[in-house]
Amino acid sequence: MADITNQSLNEIIENVKMKKVSSTELTKAYIKNIESAKKLNAFVTTTFDQALDKAKQFDNKPNFDQLLPGIPLAVKDLFCTENTKTTAGSNILNNFIPSYESTVTKNLWDNGSFLLGKLNCDEFAMGSSNETSHYGNVINPVGDQLVPGGSSGGSSSALAADLTPATIGTDTGGSIRQPASFTGTVGLKPTYGLCSRWGIVAFASSLDQAGPMTKTIKDCAIMLESMSGFDEKDSTSINKKKEQYSKNLKGNIKGLKIGIPKEYRVDNMPKEVDELWEKGKKILKDLGAQLIDISLPHTKYALPTYYIVAPAEASSNLARYDGVRYGYRSKQGKDLIEMYEKTRSEGFGDEVKRRILIGTYVLSSGYYDAYYLKAQKVRQLIKKDFDDSFKIIDAILTPSTPSSAFKIGEKTNDPVSMYLNDIFTVPVNLAGLPALSMPAGVDKQGHPLGLQLIGKALDEQKILNIGYAFEKNCGFKNEIKKWWS
Amino acid sequence: MSKEKFDYFIKGEKGKYEVVIGLEVHAQVLSKSKLFSGSSTKFGADPNKQVSLIDSAFPGMLPVINEECVKQAVRTGLGLNAKINNFSVFDRKNYFYADLPQGYQISQYKNPIVGEGKVLLDMPYGSKIIGIERLHLEQDAGKSIHDMDPSNTYVDLNRSGIALMEIVSKPDLRSPDEVNAYIKKLRSIMRYLGTCDGNMQEGSLRADVNVSVRKEGDKNFGTRCEIKNVNSIKFMQMAIEYEAARQVELIENGKEIVQETRLFDTKKNETRSMRSKEDAHDYRYFPDPDLLPLKLEQQLIDDLKKSLPELPDKKKERFIKEYGLNVYEANVLVSEKDISDYYEEVAKLSDKKLAATWMMGDLFAMLNDRGLDISKSPISAKHFAELVQSIKSGEISGRIAKEVFEIMVESGDNPKKIIESKGMKQQSDPKELEKIINEILSKNKDKVDQYKAGKEKLFGFFVGQVMKLSGGKANPQLTNEILKKLLKG
Repeated sequence: MADITNQSLNEIIENVKMKKVSSTELTKAYIKNIESAKKLNAFVTTTFDQALDKAKQFDNKPNFDQLLPGIPLAVKDLFCTENTKTTAGSNILNNFIPSYESTVTKNLWDNGSFLLGKLNCDEFAMGSSNETSHYGNVINPVGDQLVPGGSSGGSSSALAADLTPATIGTDTGGSIRQPASFTGTVGLKPTYGLCSRWGIVAFASSLDQAGPMTKTIKDCAIMLESMSGFDEKDSTSINKKKEQYSKNLKGNIKGLKIGIPKEYRVDNMPKEVDELWEKGKKILKDLGAQLIDISLPHTKYALPTYYIVAPAEASSNLARYDGVRYGYRSKQGKDLIEMYEKTRSEGFGDEVKRRILIGTYVLSSGYYDAYYLKAQKVRQLIKKDFDDSFKIIDAILTPSTPSSAFKIGEKTNDPVSMYLNDIFTVPVNLAGLPALSMPAGVDKQGHPLGLQLIGKALDEQKILNIGYAFEKNCGFKNEIKKWWS
Repeated sequence: MSKEKFDYFIKGEKGKYEVVIGLEVHAQVLSKSKLFSGSSTKFGADPNKQVSLIDSAFPGMLPVINEECVKQAVRTGLGLNAKINNFSVFDRKNYFYADLPQGYQISQYKNPIVGEGKVLLDMPYGSKIIGIERLHLEQDAGKSIHDMDPSNTYVDLNRSGIALMEIVSKPDLRSPDEVNAYIKKLRSIMRYLGTCDGNMQEGSLRADVNVSVRKEGDKNFGTRCEIKNVNSIKFMQMAIEYEAARQVELIENGKEIVQETRLFDTKKNETRSMRSKEDAHDYRYFPDPDLLPLKLEQQLIDDLKKSLPELPDKKKERFIKEYGLNVYEANVLVSEKDISDYYEEVAKLSDKKLAATWMMGDLFAMLNDRGLDISKSPISAKHFAELVQSIKSGEISGRIAKEVFEIMVESGDNPKKIIESKGMKQQSDPKELEKIINEILSKNKDKVDQYKAGKEKLFGFFVGQVMKLSGGKANPQLTNEILKKLLKG
């Protein structure tokens, strides 16, 4: 049959179910792709032998009733995987092999899939270009000079290059949606608490959320359904009935009210992004949705708020990497303090250090009230903006990012310009809402651009439905030439 | 009981100084598992055998609150007559140490689970109320072991994550004796409640002691020093005495007291500076984003309140009223729940007052000698009550009772059996006694004459002879009466 790996997850599942392809054949096809795509540097670890074993097991005793029957999946290296090295893109975890499986990946395996490998990411998910990884930067299959976005850059690159049929990432300030936008793929950050954080290397606990990255909206629904669910091991997990997102996917969005926030039209935004937004509005309007201008007045404070809250939590979350119990330990150091200092100096990269310093600073006595406490208050205002809007609208449409994928090295010396890339994605994390980035078009260089749909808390089904309708009518096709193989 | 006057002052050259003490008691919560993980809390396991991935802070591990620990804190708060906060927050207290795996301790900072309360102390100079500032829940750290290897430190994480209640008093204590009474009272209340075993040897109860001094009559507090982690009442008292004297000496010499954290060296009996206020850690407290605020339903608090056992203060009042005990006796007998239970069982079956006297005398002395808790007493409450009744009814004398008591301790037999088999019953038959006395009087005619001539001291001699002849079993009261009657005749 034709190359199965450029099909959508849903198509692949159908082919497996119809026995047109075995799990082993499927796995071998991906392994072949991965081996010829080393240039992209999307993988930190591959687990081919283990995957082929699992594929064989499936083929010997297939269960086609599962959501992900015999599907090999690569996942971001931030998810702890039992007996498989988990680095979080950091040197400090270069030898860390968990004895446990994250709840989210366990859910995926329980639905019939298995691990193909661990995907590169920014160190501790801190970055917007996958250039902070200790394991080298990842290249965007869209162009050999382009970043794949971040922090789930290995995930977006692998997905767009057909190295995995679907994948998962984590999104603390845009780390799923921005890379999805940069690679012409779909990325969903679910409502905070929908997917368990247990077993995911923590960056900023009150913002982190795992989510699917896929080629299509339907795939996204399948993956979300497979990975989400209440987990009593995570105190912030939401206890609610599981939903059947893929089964309930509907293309009819007639009468839905779509909010258009004026604050998302920022200075110096490329004209193409604006045009894309207009195109998105028109498509939704033509499908019968009603466009409503709204205001989210505190949007401009979201980025500074985020860059206080996230580093504050990170500075504390990363304190456990001290060389005492696991992970990297410097051989230098004559006493405990020096061991800590050397271990952390050698173990962490610059961006992680920068954020630990910022976080430590904003929590320090004398600065706490002015920074951290103030940021928490502003965070409530940002959340309230959304709550107020959602009283009259069903979803919000914005661009996903202020630009398409930028060049490798372009922003590495300018952290603030790097941070500005998250300007449209960050408010959603602060408010704990679900948001979907869907491919919508290309800029004049032919680089993909995405639009973002923001929903009410736990309203994933609705934004998936809107995305589903949009996808059918948008006419976007991700045309990536496999220049690397 | 005669009322004494409070008199604990440090005398300096320039006057008397009052000592002001506040305690931060760390009480280990009695619970099967740790505050945020399912690991066992049992004491004495091999190192690092009771450590979960959460306790050792592996990547991606998350804390989940143990409801039983929350209930224990609420019970303790109720036992301290304190306000229970329906809303409280867990915060992270950030600092680096090898036995602190997370790099932070989960504690409660701005919003503790329990607010202000009070504890009543019975001092020789009257009762005194000590204010409680707050009680909060927090994780214990692991243990660093520095003396097993010359160049390495070992870490045991069994204790890491066990729930502690930090009970902060107001600066209301004024002497080492009050500290002693306060700790004992806290321990007693928590043991009644079953919320902390109060075992100081095993470290279940430790305290940071804040000490300052001021001239007698001064309204303002002096600069305080905090003595960290003292694990016995005796050491607390020694540390306070040393520290108060040190501070007075500084003041008298015109020097400043520096606010600082100090250590108590139990070998040298002195406190030493650990770190000054300037070097104090900046703990960067902030609400733990892994945990939701703790919201307690009023119903839960009310239910816990209803299920509380009778606590020592209430029980003391009842003992005084119901059993006719004095304040001292009542205080001693309610100090431990097991003691009060034992007493009540004995009192039900025997003379209440006599039971108290014998328990506080011979029974406690025996238990003390043998280092036993009353729950391990070789004499059951039932047997002890029988012994008390035998004394009360005149069946045996107090002197014989002591012998019976000894045999009971050794054999575990009931007193009736011992008295009968050893023929220890008191001779209370007047006719039999008269026979014995007459025999003695006729054998000692000379002494009888001397007595009659006025040498009344000889009365004791006759009593002694009667006792000797009766093998100690003669009823002393009856012996006296008959002797007097016959000597007159």
